[in-house]
Amino acid sequence: MTTGRRSIVPRTKKITFERNQQIVSEIFILVPGRSSQQGCGINEGKFNETYVNATSFVQMNPKDMLRLGIEDDEKIELKSDFGRIEIAVQKAKADELPIGLLFMAYGDLSSRLMGGDTHGSGMPTSKGLDVEVKKV
Amino acid sequence: MATAEPEKAELKIVNDATCTFCGCVCDDIQLTVDGHKITKAKKACVLGTSWFLNHEIEDRPPCFIKGQPATVEAGIKEAAKILYQARYPLIYGLSDTTVESQRVAVSIADWIGANLDTTTSVCHGPSGMAFQSAGESTCSLGEVKNRADMVMFWGSNPAESHPRHFTKYSLMPKGMYVPNGRKDRTCVMVDVRKTKSAKAADIFIQIKPRKDFEALWTLRALANDIELDPEQVERETGNPLSLWQDLMDKMKACKYGVIFFGMGLTMTRGKHANSEGILSLTRDMNRHTRFACKPNRGHGNVTGADNVVTWRTGYPFGVNLGRGFPRFNPGEYTASDVLARGEADAAMIIASDPMANFSQPAREHLKTIPYVALDPKETPTTKHAAVSFTVATYGINVPGTVYRMDDVPIPLRPAFDSPHPSDLKILQGIEKEVLALRSAEFAR
Repeated sequence: MTTGRRSIVPRTKKITFERNQQIVSEIFILVPGRSSQQGCGINEGKFNETYVNATSFVQMNPKDMLRLGIEDDEKIELKSDFGRIEIAVQKAKADELPIGLLFMAYGDLSSRLMGGDTHGSGMPTSKGLDVEVKKV
Repeated sequence: MATAEPEKAELKIVNDATCTFCGCVCDDIQLTVDGHKITKAKKACVLGTSWFLNHEIEDRPPCFIKGQPATVEAGIKEAAKILYQARYPLIYGLSDTTVESQRVAVSIADWIGANLDTTTSVCHGPSGMAFQSAGESTCSLGEVKNRADMVMFWGSNPAESHPRHFTKYSLMPKGMYVPNGRKDRTCVMVDVRKTKSAKAADIFIQIKPRKDFEALWTLRALANDIELDPEQVERETGNPLSLWQDLMDKMKACKYGVIFFGMGLTMTRGKHANSEGILSLTRDMNRHTRFACKPNRGHGNVTGADNVVTWRTGYPFGVNLGRGFPRFNPGEYTASDVLARGEADAAMIIASDPMANFSQPAREHLKTIPYVALDPKETPTTKHAAVSFTVATYGINVPGTVYRMDDVPIPLRPAFDSPHPSDLKILQGIEKEVLALRSAEFAR
């Protein structure tokens, strides 16, 4: 019997091309999380440099940066179904991030990409967010 | 025992001070205190050192009403008025304050018929739901230290979130049945990215993002000798079945296994189903050997908040007291939901910063309602509060009790006094005022 079960495979990557075949935007998975710099920043104060710096960049796999033509410290746009931010990119160290995955420290910017729905759990989906990456 | 031995007029040493930055609640820190400043925190990790050295006495008024400096007494009266007049108030936070303050906050919620929620709902709330359905094969960190020969971390990065976890509790210590410490233990790390913690692991398994549920149920199937399709396993988890089988063989062969799991499970797709998967896997493993499972808790006293709210209401978080008796329903009474849906008409935020951490719809609604905030430092939440109190820091200025992540209560040994009031003093004042307003209303 066919049950019509929904696929649980993650959404296929959407790549948008311009006429000259340059990649314009691509869907990534964003994982916000704790970093020790962000943790120390909380203690110094959320309006101080350490916290602001720790929460103001996103890490990307170097191969993804090469493919999209993004340089270290260059600003990109991250857009989810719920919000949009502009943020600087930093190259992830060694093999820390697989291709297609982004990491940034929890903070005001990462929260702007979260939706309000908690799916009956009290917890908004705060990790593993689909975001569209675009050069600014 | 705590000792405070003054070396000279201002300089003193506080032994066995308790760090309340994270859920490890290390209580072996030696503090050097110079007047109103901690200058050294011996044995503390990078986060603990930052915690102790950056909490001086804030040069701010102890209270603000609508952004203007005010007396604490005026603030307490205004706060009680806001909360008592509300039709659907929210009391939220509580994970960075003492058990004694948490008790009073629950009482206030009871008097005013509030929604009562803690930061648990946005960290291990889904695990709290899973405990109710799958149960918890638990242990203390002392048992881990003395017995565990297999230590697993899933969706957790203790190297950055709990830096002394490995050295004080789980990997390095020499214990009664693991006399050679690290050499007697196997460490397994499962995560979607190769974090700094991965370096500490003997086995690192990188799974596909949002596939924790599938990976956990693969292990559950193997624990129960159920045959699996190798192609499907590799497609879903990103790793071959042989790797999972090898891990399961090692898990079955160990004498005492423990799994610590983090918000990589609870914050991602699946949420409480992921937590239920890991708790059920632990239960399955107890058919083969001894296994325990613990959530790695973030804030210093978030475990205390779970305990206190449970003692007082029967439920750990997301409790509504509007009908005069407690009702529990995550998704309905949890802070993120009542704010994002625009339901709460007033709030009291204790030792937490939803204005920085909540979703945009929740933050936008919080900005539109009158709320009271208690925090030692200025935060985005205190900035927008109708009434905000600058409070003394628990553990540094304020004594009391906190709960370590394994539900063990630990006393606090403060380093120096603060001119700012404690959370407890403010909350006791608000409770007294709420009761006065209530008496006046019933007398009419």
